[in-house]
Amino acid sequence: MKSGDQGALAELYDRYSSVVYAVALRILGDAGAAEDVLQEVFLQLWRNPAAFDAARGSLGAWLAVISRNRAIDFLRRRRPETDIEDVVLSVAPDLAGDADRSRAAEKVRGVLGAMPSLQRSALEMAYFEGLSHSEIASKTGEPLGTIKTRIRAGLMTLRKAFQT
Amino acid sequence: MSGHEQFADDLALYAVDALEGQERSNLEQHLATCAACKRELEQLRGDTALLALSTLGPKPPQRARKRLLDAVASEASRISPVPLRAAPKDESRSRSWWGWLGWAATAAVIVFAVSLGKENYELKQDLRMASSILSQRTADLEQARSVANALTNPEGQHFTLVAMKTPPQPQGKAIYVRNRSSLIFLANNMPSLPSQKMYELWLIPMQGAPVPAGLFKPDAHGSATVINPPLPAGLEAKAFAITVENEAGASTPTMPIMMMGAGE
Repeated sequence: MKSGDQGALAELYDRYSSVVYAVALRILGDAGAAEDVLQEVFLQLWRNPAAFDAARGSLGAWLAVISRNRAIDFLRRRRPETDIEDVVLSVAPDLAGDADRSRAAEKVRGVLGAMPSLQRSALEMAYFEGLSHSEIASKTGEPLGTIKTRIRAGLMTLRKAFQT
Repeated sequence: MSGHEQFADDLALYAVDALEGQERSNLEQHLATCAACKRELEQLRGDTALLALSTLGPKPPQRARKRLLDAVASEASRISPVPLRAAPKDESRSRSWWGWLGWAATAAVIVFAVSLGKENYELKQDLRMASSILSQRTADLEQARSVANALTNPEGQHFTLVAMKTPPQPQGKAIYVRNRSSLIFLANNMPSLPSQKMYELWLIPMQGAPVPAGLFKPDAHGSATVINPPLPAGLEAKAFAITVENEAGASTPTMPIMMMGAGE
């Protein structure tokens, strides 16, 4: 790769590293491990920038999701389960600026806070703890079908809040 | 996704990687042939991105940036970097050429290696966590000392910054690698646009008409990114320019040109 690309990577790092790091830190709760995930996410972007499809979704959202996936792999001590090329998002906000992100984060937290608590915890257990629906069901003692419905309803509530 | 309601809940679980077993295989089989469900999955992943983007925390330590750039520089000096790939989901077919006896011996070696590797990995994890806590504490102490010193130092110069009268100017930076057709474009302070309009980036070649190089809309902060839009191979760029176009984009630029810059 040419030196110009390294400069571009540094610019992208300056713009998005805090998002990538914050996601990994929330999931792993350990600064060293979160730093490893941060390093891996940007190295993957550098090695394979074409994996990001600019026509679908924003780079900030894509990097945040890649960071979440790698942090969960790390947490569960497993090899990466998805190729970065396989992560395709529909258009989601970019939120490169700290002020925009703080506002959006506040809005998401507001939406999560207004959700029924069982719905919120099912969503968070799946997304931030990487638990499968059967693991959530056995942890909460609820039927599988209920867990499925809660996770979908939670995501739909978030979608609606950002559509208006 | 009408007519596919039976997959609705499973798609949401799949988007957060919480679906497993037979249900996962059934859904993957369906996704291979159903464009509507695939679109819904992408939309759901976009929804999950909101959860990821909502996390806030401290900025990464300064040393992380240097570590990344050092790693990139060292990889750049090697011949050809090999992209990291995820583990193949099903390796059983590729193993079929192993003889039975060879397989049993190999399996025994793998089991032994995995158990050693796991133990080694766990020990390394513990060690790394301890040293990470120690270095964090040291960094915190150093930071506190440096703040106290700056506040109390009699030689410290003080500056008060106030808002500039003129609004910040729009700025775009394009980095283009011709032989790879790779383009990274970052923009700041871009004025917002009406809902039906988009900015369009144009590559102005040495000869011939401008070539569309991506549509973008700035976020509320005025920032935008265009990464690797589809471009004809090997085109030499004289300059890049930006116009305002309808949402679907245009094949020739609509005047006036809003911003333009030649290669440095």
